Amino acid sequence: MKKSPNKIYCLGIESTADDFGVGISDKKGEILANISDAYIPNTGGIHPREAARHHAKVASDILNKAFILAEINPSDLGLIAFAQGPGLGPCLRTGATIARAMATYLGIPLVGVNHSVAHIEIGKLKTKAIDPVTLYVSGGNTIVSAFDSGKYRIFGETLDIALGNCLDVFAREAGLKYKKGVPLGAALEKMAIDGKNLISMPYVVKGMDVSFSGLLTAAIDLLHQNKYRLQDLCYSIQENVFAMVSEVTERALTHTEKKDILLTGGVAANKRLQNMISSIAKDHSVNFNTVPSEFAHDNGAMIAWTGLLAYRNGIITPIEDSMVKLKWRLDQVDIPWIK
Amino acid sequence: MDKIDKQKIILKKGAEATVYLAHWYGKEVVIKSRKVKKYRHPNLDDKLRKYRTIHEPQLMNEAKKVGVSTPIIFQIDIKKMSIIMEFISGKQIKHILSNLPLSKRRTLCLEIGKLIGKIHSYGIIHGDLTTSNIILDVNDRLFFIDFGLAEKQVELEARGVDLHLMKRGLQSTHNNYAQDSFRKIMEGYSIIMGESYAKVILKKIQEIERRGRYIEERKVK
Repeated sequence: MKKSPNKIYCLGIESTADDFGVGISDKKGEILANISDAYIPNTGGIHPREAARHHAKVASDILNKAFILAEINPSDLGLIAFAQGPGLGPCLRTGATIARAMATYLGIPLVGVNHSVAHIEIGKLKTKAIDPVTLYVSGGNTIVSAFDSGKYRIFGETLDIALGNCLDVFAREAGLKYKKGVPLGAALEKMAIDGKNLISMPYVVKGMDVSFSGLLTAAIDLLHQNKYRLQDLCYSIQENVFAMVSEVTERALTHTEKKDILLTGGVAANKRLQNMISSIAKDHSVNFNTVPSEFAHDNGAMIAWTGLLAYRNGIITPIEDSMVKLKWRLDQVDIPWIK
Repeated sequence: MDKIDKQKIILKKGAEATVYLAHWYGKEVVIKSRKVKKYRHPNLDDKLRKYRTIHEPQLMNEAKKVGVSTPIIFQIDIKKMSIIMEFISGKQIKHILSNLPLSKRRTLCLEIGKLIGKIHSYGIIHGDLTTSNIILDVNDRLFFIDFGLAEKQVELEARGVDLHLMKRGLQSTHNNYAQDSFRKIMEGYSIIMGESYAKVILKKIQEIERRGRYIEERKVK
């Protein structure tokens, strides 16, 4: 296949946490490949060093598969994008090293992408959302944002742990297990389907911010009392935490008066959360959009696509500026592609 | 006898309640009605709406005792989860802040800071301090509204979060002059709460910010 100005292929590398993902996008946002491999800990949560080791081990295999799927050669690429932050240091550095090596070897530009921006952009690409209030919920983030004068502004966020983290920690405490392709949150969601009784738990909303640490402690206490069915506990946790983020999303919606809501991030795959947010959208006669599940979890496609958006607006990341940024906030990133 | 005219105008359909402009015994009033939120579990929904409908007017009254103007409460209906209160004719700060000349904006922010200090000193946390929830009435008097998330609290943490919300609200909605405005708010706050306490709470706010996800360590200014 020949390179032409209209055919810029971008390869995106995602390695902020437990997933190593590679995606290939063309200039128009057609995703030619999007595959990943998750590090699954034997016990406990993500061990950053072990996760990074996993990424280094699977990287060449995942990259090869991506090229086969996309039916292109590395020499057809015009751009390499990588998740520069925020995330876990060792994991980020593994992805960044691969990205730098590829860009240098192929003699093509490199673009460092903000992981949170990428979750929003892939959501916009894959849905009809144009200028949404975005609820971005995952294992590491809980952010309500909307675009205003050059940046994605943060209207609300968690004051302590992330929503996905809260669900994961409880699930692990309750003995639910990771399976290939079934994240802990999905295991909890499955349990919750058979829940019937709502158990009272702390509901903490402060303005447009939320807090989950108190609820998590209370839920774990209730679990250890052995008085409640696990299904009811999972159900009650979901009902409470999803209501909390729904309330702040609705508040941001009425504050900004936007006409779209976008639900994105790993927890966006949860059907109950989708129901709640779509109910709010309906109530305010705005459009509800949720990212397709293959693009909800951390993935390389979102990095590739966001890299292209940045590149088309003159942004490249010289090697000397490609250090990873562990705490790179969403609202620090210039978004020149939205006028 | 129907005391409320049939004609109601929706002033705002918020996240928490729908706010109507209506006539009640011939007087122009606001009706804040906490409608069922279908997305929530009915029990949770009931609990939240009831709690907020009861607490909001209580804390609005408390605020008045320290000289912070809030709309007068006329009636509370627990069954309908609605509150009838005075209509304040004026403008939300959100809509006027950007049009004010620098000196006026600063004076206004200083005044807002004093009022926040007053409710805090009385043990009230507003819970949703934004420029949407402060009104400047036609007589240039500031009103605090929307006490739906308010609580009785004297802890440094709770006060810090309250001010943090104000600061973040300024940053997301009024970014160009957020820093300057917040500085004036804190100046007003320190007039009421004392300079040493204001310093302590500024540190607390910074701690709260750093606690959030992915915040760069910022140098204390």
